[in-house]
Amino acid sequence: MPHIICFAKQVPDPETPASQFKVDEAAKKVIPAPGVQQVPSQFDTIAVEAALRIKDNHPDSTITVVSLGPDPFRDTIKHCLAMGVDEGVHINDPAVNDADHWATAEVLAAAVKKLGDYDLILTGRQSVDWDMGVVGSTVAEILGVPVVTIAKQIDYAGDKVTVERVLLDGFETVEAPTPCVVTVSNELGEPRYPQLRQIMQAAKKEVKPWTLADLGISAPQNRVNLEALYVPDTSVETEVIEGETAQEKAATLAKRLSDAKLI
Amino acid sequence: MPNGVLIFGEATEDGKLAAITAELSGAAAALGGPVTCALLGSGVEGIAQEAGQYGAEKVIVVDDPILKDYQGDAYLPVAERIAREVDPAVILLGQTMIGRDLAPLLAQRLGTAVVMDCMALSMEGDKLLAERPCYGGAARARYTINGTPQIATVRVKALDAPAASGSAEVVKQDAGVSADQVRTTITARNKPESTGIRLEDATVVVSGGRGLGGPEAFQQLEELADVLGGAVGASRAVCDLGWYPVATQVGLTGKIVTPDLYIAIGISGASQHMAGISSVKNIASVNKDADASIFKASRWAVVHDWKEFVPAFLEEVKKVKAG
Ligand SMILES: Cc1cc2nc3c(=O)[nH]c(=O)nc-3n(C[C@H](O)[C@H](O)[C@H](O)COP(=O)(O)OP(=O)(O)OC[C@H]3O[C@@H](n4cnc5c(N)ncnc54)[C@H](O)[C@@H]3O)c2cc1C
Ligand SMILES: Cc1cc2nc3c(=O)[nH]c(=O)nc-3n(C[C@H](O)[C@H](O)[C@H](O)COP(=O)(O)OP(=O)(O)OC[C@H]3O[C@@H](n4cnc5c(N)ncnc54)[C@H](O)[C@@H]3O)c2cc1C
Repeated sequence: MPHIICFAKQVPDPETPASQFKVDEAAKKVIPAPGVQQVPSQFDTIAVEAALRIKDNHPDSTITVVSLGPDPFRDTIKHCLAMGVDEGVHINDPAVNDADHWATAEVLAAAVKKLGDYDLILTGRQSVDWDMGVVGSTVAEILGVPVVTIAKQIDYAGDKVTVERVLLDGFETVEAPTPCVVTVSNELGEPRYPQLRQIMQAAKKEVKPWTLADLGISAPQNRVNLEALYVPDTSVETEVIEGETAQEKAATLAKRLSDAKLI
Repeated sequence: MPNGVLIFGEATEDGKLAAITAELSGAAAALGGPVTCALLGSGVEGIAQEAGQYGAEKVIVVDDPILKDYQGDAYLPVAERIAREVDPAVILLGQTMIGRDLAPLLAQRLGTAVVMDCMALSMEGDKLLAERPCYGGAARARYTINGTPQIATVRVKALDAPAASGSAEVVKQDAGVSADQVRTTITARNKPESTGIRLEDATVVVSGGRGLGGPEAFQQLEELADVLGGAVGASRAVCDLGWYPVATQVGLTGKIVTPDLYIAIGISGASQHMAGISSVKNIASVNKDADASIFKASRWAVVHDWKEFVPAFLEEVKKVKAG
């Protein structure tokens, strides 16, 4: 009975138009833009999709989603349950509200230990807010298991997984013994979207509310400090190419590029 | 007392010294050095001397068949041992296929932290200030690290490479890794046939987005790129839709490109796309929406339907090229 653990976190919708994106430089926090939703981090729902595809082939699998974050993170867990995940773990403890990437990894690894036996941990290749891409590998190191990063396909066969990894040009196939950690990329494909019936069913699935006390740990120390957060100024002086017709505009642009010795 | 900067140089797939090695050397020297360059791989001894031409005092080369294709289990013990021996204040790796996988593992092994994908580094006393994009490129964050060594990965082409000069002492070491320590196995590798100029090396990139409406349009972009001696790129929307190969994706989760000229056609300019062209100075974009955010970062903005504009532009470019 394969047990797959997925890690999922919640983020401000990454498709927020750049014009609406603002930060509070003093607080070093992003100011939530009005109307922008909190959504499951994109690569994490893709990791859940990868787990569900394994379950499609191995129906006796159990999938657990683990999320560390404040109350609203429950929505992300619910979304994963509605996609077809069996059970959720919500670690919610004010002592780790401002956990850095390493403290986060320590807490998630402690949760895995408490969950007991597992075959596979699936995470996003990186989150879509802080984009650091370290939590999956760090958890693998803490647990002493191998990690395969940036997967586009995962085939599970009991004592091993066969993973197709995305390289800069092309792909490679890697076999890893289980248990192991695999981080998942968007090339895997679209995550399935929950149907109404599944959303109703998800309401009945269990979400374990855990605190650090349940995990038997105290708050891990942060290893990095955020010294500044700001929006870089990337605007340049723009010339809007004038002209009545496409031909006129094309001729003007070609002239500009040629004058600038770019073509 | 930890001292100096350790960098992890890299070789390209075809065995040449990768440009990131010089970029890291320059960054390490700017932090105050002295610089030690570790070079891990198979068949890399021949480029060790060259790796030392960019400011390193010493090159530690570990040339072993077990390091041929990157696998964390093979590279990590070697990297950890070198890091402990050199005992540097700072370690730099490239944000490459190797560095992005190895750096978090190394940080955890050494009980410290890494700041990934940095675009600017400096020292304040003995503290490394590491600055990186986040929120898909919409924001920048600056970090310090509490432990030692302080580790950062550096985005490719974000920092200037110094010119080659000087030479370093080259020291050979054994990998000391046995096959049974490597738990993973690479069973296959498929690289698409590379046709024409590589996107990363091109001086002109013509990129297409979802606004092109389908895969057929890319023929016209290819023709334009051909005349300009450039390469064709794409937005993720295009790659996700299967209109153009994944390997041509430009952006946060695709390639970082640094052409002299980037022509964006039917691309809206999402921060995650712009993350791939953040060092490009000359962007010309074609979009039918005058408010498209790509225009804010563009030197030249063409507000027009690409279907009319691109064929006309191709003719004009041909005229310019014909003199
Ligand atoms: C000093 C400091 C203070 C911070 N304070 C806050 C704060 O107050 N509020 C805040 O929201 N963030 C805060 N952060 C950011 C927070 O530490 C990161 O969001 C978190 O550590 C995950 O890192 P990441 O997003 O870079 O994940 P990555 O390493 O990019 O994530 C990879 C994968 O790991 C998994 N994962 C990561 N985090 C979680 C999680 N929490 N639960 C489940 N799975 C996860 C996901 O599968 C994800 O795709 C702070 C960071 C620092 C450095
Ligand atoms: C974590 C994460 C990572 C990502 N990584 C990347 C990445 O690496 N690279 C990347 O590109 N994206 C990435 N994205 C996606 C990104 O957010 C955008 O969704 C994507 O870049 C949009 O692609 P587009 O500009 O082609 O499409 P759209 O945003 O749909 O833009 C199409 C544009 O075409 C214009 N248009 C339409 N018809 C015409 C016409 N006839 N003539 C002229 N113009 C026309 C429209 O006005 C519009 O501006 C990432 C997203 C996330 C969340």
